[in-house]
Amino acid sequence: MHFDAANLIPILPEITLLITASVVLIADLYLKEQDKGRNHTLTLVGLAIAIVLTGAVGGGEPQVFFDGNLIRDDVTDLLRGAILIVSLLAFVYVRSWLQDRGMLVGEFYVLALLAILGMLIMVSANSFLPLYLGLELQALSLYALVAFDRDSQKGAEAAMKYFVLGALGSGMLLYGISMIYGATGSIEFAPVAQAVAEQGMSDKVLVFGIAFLVIGIGFKFGAVPFHMWVPDIYEGAPTPAVLILGSAPKIAAFALAIRMLVDGLQSLHPDWQQMLVILAVLSMGLGNVVAIAQSNIKRMLAYSTISHVGFIFLGLLAGSQQGYASAMFYSIVYAVMAAGAFGILLILSREGFDAERLEDLKGLNDRDAWYAAMMALVMFSMAGVPPTVGFMAKLLVLEAVIRIDMVWLALVAVFFSIIGAFYYLRVVKYIYFDKPADDAPALTTTGGVRVAMSINGLALLALGVFPASLLALCQAAFA
Amino acid sequence: MNELPLLTLTIWLPIIGGLVVLASGDKEKELSKWTALAFAILTFLVSLGLWIGFDSSTAEMQFVERVSWIPSFNVEYFLGVDGISMPLIVLTTFITIFVVIAGWEVITYKPSQYLAAFLIMDGVMVGVFSALDAVLFYVFWEAMLIPMFIIIGVWGGPNRVYATIKFFLYTFFGSVFMLVALIYMYFQSGSFSILDFHTLELGMKAQILIFIAFLLAFAVKVPMFPVHTWLPDAHVEAPTGGSVILAAIMLKIGGYGFLRFSLPITPDASASLDWLIIALSLIAIVYIGFVALVQQDMKKLIAYSSIAHMGFVTLGFFIVFSIVTNPNVSGGSVMGIEGGMVQMISHGFISGALFLCVGVLYDRVHSREIADYGGVINTMPWFGAFMVYFAMANAGLPGTSGFVGEFMVILATFRADFWWAFLAATTLILAAAFTLWMVKRVVFGEVKNDKVAALRDLDLRERINLGVLAAAVLALGLWPAPLMNVMHATVENLVEQVQICKLPAAERGDCLLPVSERVASTLNQD
Repeated sequence: MHFDAANLIPILPEITLLITASVVLIADLYLKEQDKGRNHTLTLVGLAIAIVLTGAVGGGEPQVFFDGNLIRDDVTDLLRGAILIVSLLAFVYVRSWLQDRGMLVGEFYVLALLAILGMLIMVSANSFLPLYLGLELQALSLYALVAFDRDSQKGAEAAMKYFVLGALGSGMLLYGISMIYGATGSIEFAPVAQAVAEQGMSDKVLVFGIAFLVIGIGFKFGAVPFHMWVPDIYEGAPTPAVLILGSAPKIAAFALAIRMLVDGLQSLHPDWQQMLVILAVLSMGLGNVVAIAQSNIKRMLAYSTISHVGFIFLGLLAGSQQGYASAMFYSIVYAVMAAGAFGILLILSREGFDAERLEDLKGLNDRDAWYAAMMALVMFSMAGVPPTVGFMAKLLVLEAVIRIDMVWLALVAVFFSIIGAFYYLRVVKYIYFDKPADDAPALTTTGGVRVAMSINGLALLALGVFPASLLALCQAAFA
Repeated sequence: MNELPLLTLTIWLPIIGGLVVLASGDKEKELSKWTALAFAILTFLVSLGLWIGFDSSTAEMQFVERVSWIPSFNVEYFLGVDGISMPLIVLTTFITIFVVIAGWEVITYKPSQYLAAFLIMDGVMVGVFSALDAVLFYVFWEAMLIPMFIIIGVWGGPNRVYATIKFFLYTFFGSVFMLVALIYMYFQSGSFSILDFHTLELGMKAQILIFIAFLLAFAVKVPMFPVHTWLPDAHVEAPTGGSVILAAIMLKIGGYGFLRFSLPITPDASASLDWLIIALSLIAIVYIGFVALVQQDMKKLIAYSSIAHMGFVTLGFFIVFSIVTNPNVSGGSVMGIEGGMVQMISHGFISGALFLCVGVLYDRVHSREIADYGGVINTMPWFGAFMVYFAMANAGLPGTSGFVGEFMVILATFRADFWWAFLAATTLILAAAFTLWMVKRVVFGEVKNDKVAALRDLDLRERINLGVLAAAVLALGLWPAPLMNVMHATVENLVEQVQICKLPAAERGDCLLPVSERVASTLNQD
């Protein structure tokens, strides 16, 4: 093992994030109360640089470095870019919420940046160890973020639940990894894949390990029956934390699944396919049906997440390049949609008031027609109605499933998406068909938020009309 | 053939217009109204270019535009029209003008959003009729729901939320299964082109499943009994313009779907299940006719009458199989489909006009109950004349367009089976009964109450609106030949196409369809 400085180049985005986090941590000590906004600016600049660097170091042949621990390939490039861009949007939305509540402090940004750093490491992992380390960095930062509003009882409770269940999920995952290590003698994906291909299905330990891996993945995604934490955390955590943990981490979770199941255990596809089928059907069913009963919009979006996870699994379980590409497309699109939905909730919140109930969206069209249109786009996209990108994502996933002759699964999926359409429509109903409450003040937002939300909403439309470029990127990643 | 991409223009011009109107906001209400009208008329003029440039001697797709859209899945931006879709496109752009005018003074809440929704709707519906790529078709098909959902929900009546969500979910329910069928066929044929689907060989089991998927999608849209229940709700709650678009265009999209998808893609399944469609159509005609008779609400009555009339359309489309499989009958198969087509266009004019008439009354009295009116003719002679005229047309009076389509379908049905035709013909009595009885109660008689006494007659805007539609109904009734000429080649080709057994070689023995000489030669080739 020796140190080679060239190894540092592909992880420049990660290094940038780490430096940004450190700078914010130190700068925060010296900033006066009224200058705390600089933390925000610093973070945005750091993320922007990281995005540029992702583009700069990306492309070309896959590189494995740090003695096979990390990898940079097309999957890494695309997912890193998507995580950073979605996070950038999220940071723009959270500022006024934090400011109104006197929470515009460095810690929020440091924790969020470290979470993003963890996601990037997951995306770049080429062995089980860095994958797990990235996951834990992300998870620990997010636990703390959920408890960020230290006076909030609900927040503390949510953080505790998240921590306990998250630790359980991580434990399962780690246990599964140890089984795989025991069966194959390696924690690097390529040797694991080779060993598995040679041993085949015969090894009971291996199958046992896969079961635990899938459970771990299910926990991290929030798939049924490992979904219990999702609604409570979404409801209890402060909205900015939900925004950050509800959007980009789905992309990271996708990376987790793709690295372990595909890079490592592709030859056991028939095994994990069956497990994912069960998780997918349960998630789509329970998520869509239970979401109907929610009156808290954060809780509703939590169940909606669960149902979308089912769709992402459909692409994964197809086990083909098309399938992985469609699941990747879906994860990225979902992260953008979730960022938009929680962004609108932040915009609707003001000092001393959090938009949490569906009624809080009443008459948004009368209060601000543009934000109303953006939220409607997000909702129609989540429901999968063309011409928004949510439809394209569903189309691609269904295509992958029908391609492997699982037409019944596609029928189940579309059936549940009809049920799902109802609660998304209900949101549109509140926005457009109802009159605003009498005490609803006019919305005040900064120009930056307006620009970011416009980009976010219109991206859903633009990607829906011109999906070819993003799709080509996704497909190239698995070609 | 034609340098200008006319279809693209017809689709995107109103959509851009809608966005312009939306951006103009509600500060300059007059300006946005005139902009909307200008875009609607401009779109109609562009679509007239389609009619003028149309070559009616061929069944080939015309004005074809084909650009790759999502290359990795072979999805294309593929547009084209034939004799079936072109008249429907012109009908769409034509009716949109009246919808814009009808909302002129009535809509006071956010009129720019209202007009924009209709303009966007216009473009999207033209897109549905002209798309030849299945994904493109589906995108337009579903995109249609969004503006209509908003139109009914925002500008509709008291029970609008229930009605619009029901409308959306019903239609969404029907169409997602079609999506699965379309993707399945993509894997069979390797392309999403609808024209490739037409020549795709499919086994009987697959055909039946695909046929049912299509049936779910199109039957909801048409709507056919028993999935029609969304329509009365949607119609009653929708603002006048929304009802007009629903009745005049959106229902036709279901009928169009049968012609573009069900018949040519799954002819064998259609042939073996035609009894189902015919039975449902006859139920729609007879049973729904009786239901219409007892309605208290004018809009509901017209909505039920629409369902009954659309029963004729589906009857005409599917009667073709009984005719071609019956060796004792020759000819007439083309007449059924053409009759259905004429019925669709004619119903577009008549139902649109009737909803506009009800809208005129509703704007003044704010009631749709028949019982609240009586003797309207005394205070509104112009209106009374129009109302009686359109009611006659709805009842199928010879000389109006309502007669032509129904007559052709009944004639075609006679060749297949006397009793079917007998049941279908009861509509001549039923439709006369429910429309004329309504007219009697609303228009004629003594002035019933103060509100009716205070009615003012049509203004110029309304007279122009109804007058033009009246002229169209009369023209189509007296001289349907231009319309028939346009579609004749296409329909003949379609009838030939549905007589080709599409089962794979192993299942050829199960072919229900007669193998005509021309068809026999195609069969022998493979």
